[in-house]
Amino acid sequence: MTASRMAGVSRACQRAWLALVFGFIGAPMLIIVVFSFDANRFPTIPWGGFSLQWHRAILEDAMVTEAFGNTLLVALSTAVLSTVLGFAAAYIDYRHRFRGKTAFNLLVAIPPAVPATILGMAMLAFLSRIGVFGTLQAIIACHVALATSFSMAIIRLRLGELGHDMEQAAWNLGASPATGLIRVVVPFCRSSLIASFFLSAAVSFDEFMVAWFVGGVHETLPVRILNLLQGQVSPKVNAIGTVVLVISVVLVLLAQRFVGVRVDRPATSTGSEAS
Amino acid sequence: MSNAFISLQSLDKRYPTHHAVRGIDLDIQAGEFIALMGPSGCGKSTTLRLLAGLDEPTGGDIVIGGRSMRGVPAFERNTPMVWQSLALFPFLTVAENVAFPLRMKGMAAGPRRQRALEWLDRMGLADMGDRQIAQLSGGQRQRVAIARALVTEPAVLLLDEPLSALDAHLRVRMQTELARLHRELGITFVYVTHAQSEAFALADRVVIMNEGRIQQVGTPQDVYRAPVNPFVADFIGTNNLVTGTVAKPARGGHVDVAGPLGTFAVRPNRALDEGEAVSFVIAADRVGLAATDTAPEPGFSRLDGTVIGLEFVGSTQTIFIDVGENREFRVQKQQHEIESLALVPGRRIGLSWDPGHVWVLPRNT
Repeated sequence: MTASRMAGVSRACQRAWLALVFGFIGAPMLIIVVFSFDANRFPTIPWGGFSLQWHRAILEDAMVTEAFGNTLLVALSTAVLSTVLGFAAAYIDYRHRFRGKTAFNLLVAIPPAVPATILGMAMLAFLSRIGVFGTLQAIIACHVALATSFSMAIIRLRLGELGHDMEQAAWNLGASPATGLIRVVVPFCRSSLIASFFLSAAVSFDEFMVAWFVGGVHETLPVRILNLLQGQVSPKVNAIGTVVLVISVVLVLLAQRFVGVRVDRPATSTGSEAS
Repeated sequence: MSNAFISLQSLDKRYPTHHAVRGIDLDIQAGEFIALMGPSGCGKSTTLRLLAGLDEPTGGDIVIGGRSMRGVPAFERNTPMVWQSLALFPFLTVAENVAFPLRMKGMAAGPRRQRALEWLDRMGLADMGDRQIAQLSGGQRQRVAIARALVTEPAVLLLDEPLSALDAHLRVRMQTELARLHRELGITFVYVTHAQSEAFALADRVVIMNEGRIQQVGTPQDVYRAPVNPFVADFIGTNNLVTGTVAKPARGGHVDVAGPLGTFAVRPNRALDEGEAVSFVIAADRVGLAATDTAPEPGFSRLDGTVIGLEFVGSTQTIFIDVGENREFRVQKQQHEIESLALVPGRRIGLSWDPGHVWVLPRNT
C-alpha cells in the first residue's frame, strides 16, 4: 500500500516538474501570443480586451509584408537546395570510401558550430568581395550552408538503415546506378527528405544574424522585428512574433512527423510507384 | 573450349585486406542445380557476387552463355539473385516489388502488373499483390523475393543463403518449393549455402570451397562417400578421419595402417605403398557400437572410446566419442539400435567397422 502511494507521489512530483519546465519554456511565448490580441497600446495587466488591430496593422505595414515575403522565398529556396545538397553529401558518405572523407564530413557539419556572428561577418566579407552582397541570393546561399548540415545528418541516418543489399539488388534486377538511385534510394529516404525540407525551412525562417549581415536592404522577418524593436516598442511586434511562432512550430512539427516515421510502416510507402 | 553454360576461368578476386577467391575453374551445365558450400569466408559468396557482376574480378573471366562477362555491368547481366536479407523494397507493394525488374526493362504498367500477379499466383501468393512488404510473414517475403528474381524468366538464378533467415519448418518447405521450381523451369540454379543438408538435398553437384579455392566438385553422394582431402572429410562432418602410415603390403586385399589410434586393416581404394602416410575416413553411420566386453564381428576393426555426449536429431542420434589422442569420433545410429547400450557421457564403449567401408583419401591433397 505505502509502496504504491510512494509511487503515486513520485509520479505526481515528476509531472509537476515536467509542467514547470514546459511552463518556463512556454510561458514567454504564450505571453506574446496573448498580448498580440490585446487592445491596449502597451502590454499591461489587466488585459484591455480582445482585438485584432495589431495583426491587421502588420498586414498594412509594407515593410513587414515585404520582409515576410522575403523570408518565405529564402526559406523555401533554402529548404529545396539544402535537401538536395544534404542528400548528395549523405549519399557520398554512405556509398564511397575516399581519402579526406573525415575532412569532407567535418566541412558539411561545421557551419552550425561556428558562432553566428563570426559566420555572418565571414560571409559578409566573402560575399562582398565576390559582389553578391546585399541580395536575397546571398542570404539563401548562407542559409543553405547552415541548413545542409542538418539535412545531411537526417538523411544520412536514414541511409544507414538502407543496408548495402537493397541498392545492389536494384542493379541486380536491371537498374543502372542512376535508375537505382532514383527508384530505390530516393524513395527509401522519402520521409527523411521531407523532414529535411521542413527542418531546413525552419532553420532559415528563424535565422537572424547571418541574414542581418549579408541581406543589406533586403530584410527577412527576424531582421524586421529587431528593427521594429529598435525604433519604438510597438504591439505589432507581438503580432509578428505570434505569426513567426506558429509557422516555426508547424515547420518543426512537420519535420518531426517525418523524421520519426518507422521504416516499415505502410503509411510512408503508399503510392511511391507512380505508374 | 567447353560447352558449359557458365564457365568460371581462373577466377580471382583480391580485396585490399584479403584474397577472397584464388583462381577457381568451374563449368556449370545449363539447367544444373549447383551448390557452392564451405565455411564462412571461403569465397562462395564472393564467387556469386562476381557472377552477378556486383564485384569485378581481379583476374580470370566468367563466361555465361558463350559471352564473356568482363566489363559487363550488373544491370545488363540478367543474373537475378535471391538475397539472404531478401532486399525487398519496403516502399513498394508486393506486386510492385515483383514488377520492378520488368519496369527496369521498360515494360508498360499494365502488362508488368499482370506478369507480376501471375508469378505471385504461382508462388502461392494470389491476392497479396497490393499488400505492403511489412504485412507479410517471413515465408511469404521469401516467396516474393523468389518471384521478383524469376519474373524476367532468366536463364540462371543465383541464391545467396536464401533460407538461412527462416525457421527450420519453413526451411524444409521452401527447399521443396525450390526443387519444384528448378524442375519446372529447367534453368540453372547457383546456390550458396553453408548448410550441408540444403546443398545435399537440392543440388545436382556440390562445390566445396575453402580459403578461396575449390576443394572438391561432385555429386552429393561422391562428396559424402569419397572426400578428396581431410578438409572435405571434416567439413562434411559425418566422417571420422584416421591417419597413419602403411605398415604392411597387401594381404588378402587388405592393408594395415598404423597410427596413433592403433593399427587398422583397410581395403584400399587406390594403390598404397609401404611407409606412405595416409588418411582414411569412415562414415559416421558405418560405425557399429557395442559394449567393450563383446568381441567385434570377425574381420572388423575395433577401437574403444569414452562417450562425451549425445545429440538427438529426429530419429537418429549422433554420439560423440573420445577415442584418445585428442581425436573424437562421431557415430550416427537409429534410436532403437542403441537403446540397449544405455549410453551416457563417461561410459566406455567399443567401436567397430568393416574395413571394406573405409575410404582412403587421395595422395598429395
